Formats: sequence, structure tokens, C-alpha cells
Amino acid sequence: MAMTAIWVAMVAVSLIWGAATGRGAAVSNAAMEGCSAAVNLCISIGGMICLWSGVMEVMKRSGLSGGLSRLLRPVLGKLYPTAARHSEVMDALSANVSANLLGLGNAATPAGLKAATGMLRLSGGNTATDELCLLVVMNTASIQLLPTTIATVRAAAGAAVPFDILPAVWISSAASVASGMICAKLLSRFFKP
Amino acid sequence: MSSTILALVAPLIISSVALFGLLKNVDVFSAMTEGAADGLRTVVRIFPALVALLSAVYMLRASGALDALTRLCTPLLSLFGIPPETAPLIFLRPVSGSGTLGIGSELINKYGPDSLIGRTAAVMLGSTETTFYVIAVYFGAAGIRKSRHAIPAALVADIVGFVAAAATVRWLWG
Repeated sequence: MAMTAIWVAMVAVSLIWGAATGRGAAVSNAAMEGCSAAVNLCISIGGMICLWSGVMEVMKRSGLSGGLSRLLRPVLGKLYPTAARHSEVMDALSANVSANLLGLGNAATPAGLKAATGMLRLSGGNTATDELCLLVVMNTASIQLLPTTIATVRAAAGAAVPFDILPAVWISSAASVASGMICAKLLSRFFKP
Repeated sequence: MSSTILALVAPLIISSVALFGLLKNVDVFSAMTEGAADGLRTVVRIFPALVALLSAVYMLRASGALDALTRLCTPLLSLFGIPPETAPLIFLRPVSGSGTLGIGSELINKYGPDSLIGRTAAVMLGSTETTFYVIAVYFGAAGIRKSRHAIPAALVADIVGFVAAAATVRWLWG
């Protein structure tokens, strides 16, 4: 629904603004150029997206995310003390975080939802617990180690080294996730369950 | 970090994942092709949204309204060191993943992938998520009535992500 409002506002504002400033013809040409741009974008990044999805599938089948989950469990146990006492919730939680780190979006969401429903069941209500809020914040921030789609867009645009943004992405992702988690910790006092 | 290493990231990851798969007795080639088919489905899935949103963004730009919006946001964004050209990306980021991919690629193509604006757009895309979509999925599927501080904390993470993206790009390439 939000997207409906945004999209309708965008086209309506274009029409009114364009008509008011005498750019009507330019606006109607632009609609067509936008469609072509979408086709060109899909074609130029399509191959690389397929290649990376293939690599992700190999990662998944070789159990890389399972191994990473086991490595993450002790760290996550400190952040989620309640969930840590229930191995089923903890399994889903660490699977979610490891899939997010590896960029396996298709695996991350089901695991995250399983962890979320498990946490809610443990609390016995329908209000988000502190740990559940933390889980949501960790999923709304990006912790993907290899932003392959962005690198693909940069490669298609002719970047010299498409992945040279990696250090910058890591630094700003870390800043974003850390501030979200600290903020969740601080705010939890003001939003009583 | 040395750019020679970064230039090797893609082949390094691809070949080490392939060798690791081989070591774990995975049928690497069929996993690759099945994953690639998944990738194709992703492209097909995002295409309709890209058509709708890129047309709207192009129309908004041609009408002059996008420039007006950018000018309006310039004082606030400059205060945080964020290039004002990335304003549409910031507004759409929490709501639409494919929409921001379209806008981001527009910025990257228009200003160049190795320009400060192009890099900032790329790093913003790489270090933030489609916040409202994720919140809707999680709270909807789990049946949570009161989301408490999840939304404000998630939005703080987004804002810090945008500011940090602009700051690190300026620091590393400015």
C-alpha cells in the first residue's frame, strides 16, 4: 500500500509540475525512457546476478552457512540470553544471521521468521520482546559481507574495480548495525512491554 | 586495502566456493546452474517494479520536480555531509528494494561508478536494507501486535548507515 501512495504521488506530481513549468512533452518522453532504462538495467546485470546466485547455491549446498552458524552461536548467545536457553530458537537465529552475512536472502527470511515466532512463543504474548526487537533491527540493517548486486551494477557501469567499495560498505554497515542495536538497548526502557 | 586484492575478490570467491563445494562432495556444476536459474527468477521478479519505478523517476526528473526536491533537501543533507543528489535514494530506500536499485543504478550511471556520488549511492545500497518491508514481513508473519521500539531503532540504523556511507566514501576517495 505504501508503494501505491508513493508511485501515484510520483506520477501525479510529474504531470502537474511538468504541465505548470511547460515540460509536458519531456515528461511523456521520460516515461518511455524510464521503461527502456529498466530493460537495459535488467539485461546488463542479469547475467551477473545469475552467476552470483549460482555461487550462493554452491555455498548453501556445501554447508558453509551451517558452519558459520555454529561459529556465531556463542556470540549470539550473549546478545540473546533468553533465546540461548532454547536450542530450537537459537538454531533458527544463528541460521538467520549466517545467511544474512553470506547474502543468502532466500534462506535468511524463513530462519528469521522461525526465530521470531519462537521468541514470541517463549514470551507468551503478542508484544515484541527486547530480543525480538533486536532480531528485527539486525534484519533491517544490512550485514551482507559481499554486496554482489551493487558490485554487479558498478561493473555494468564500467567501474575499474567493482568490489573496491567493500571496505566502505563494511565500515558503514558496522556503524549502522551497531547504532541500531545500541539504540534498541537504550529505547527498550521507554517502550514498556 | 590494496586494490589488487579487491580486484580479485570476484574470481577468488567464485573459485574458492567451487573448490570448497568439490571438497564437500557437492555436484558443483548443477548447483551453479540451479542457482543461476534462481537468479533469473529474481531478475524477472524485480523487473515489473523497476519498470514502474524508473518510469516514475524519469518523469519526476523531466518535470523538474526531482531537482526541486533535491534543492529542498540540500541544506539538511549537506549538514550531514551527504551528497544531495542521493536524496531520492534515501527517501525510497526503506520502502522499495527494486526501486532503490533502479535509482541507485541511475546515479551510478549518470555520475560514473567511480565518482563520489556514484560510490556513495553504491555504499548506501550495500549498507542498508528495505526496513519497512522487513518490519512488515516479520511483525506480520509472527503476529506481533506491539512493535515497541523496533521501528525507531531500525530507522536510526538506516540514518547512521546513510551518513556513514557518505563519510567513508569521502574519507577513502574524497
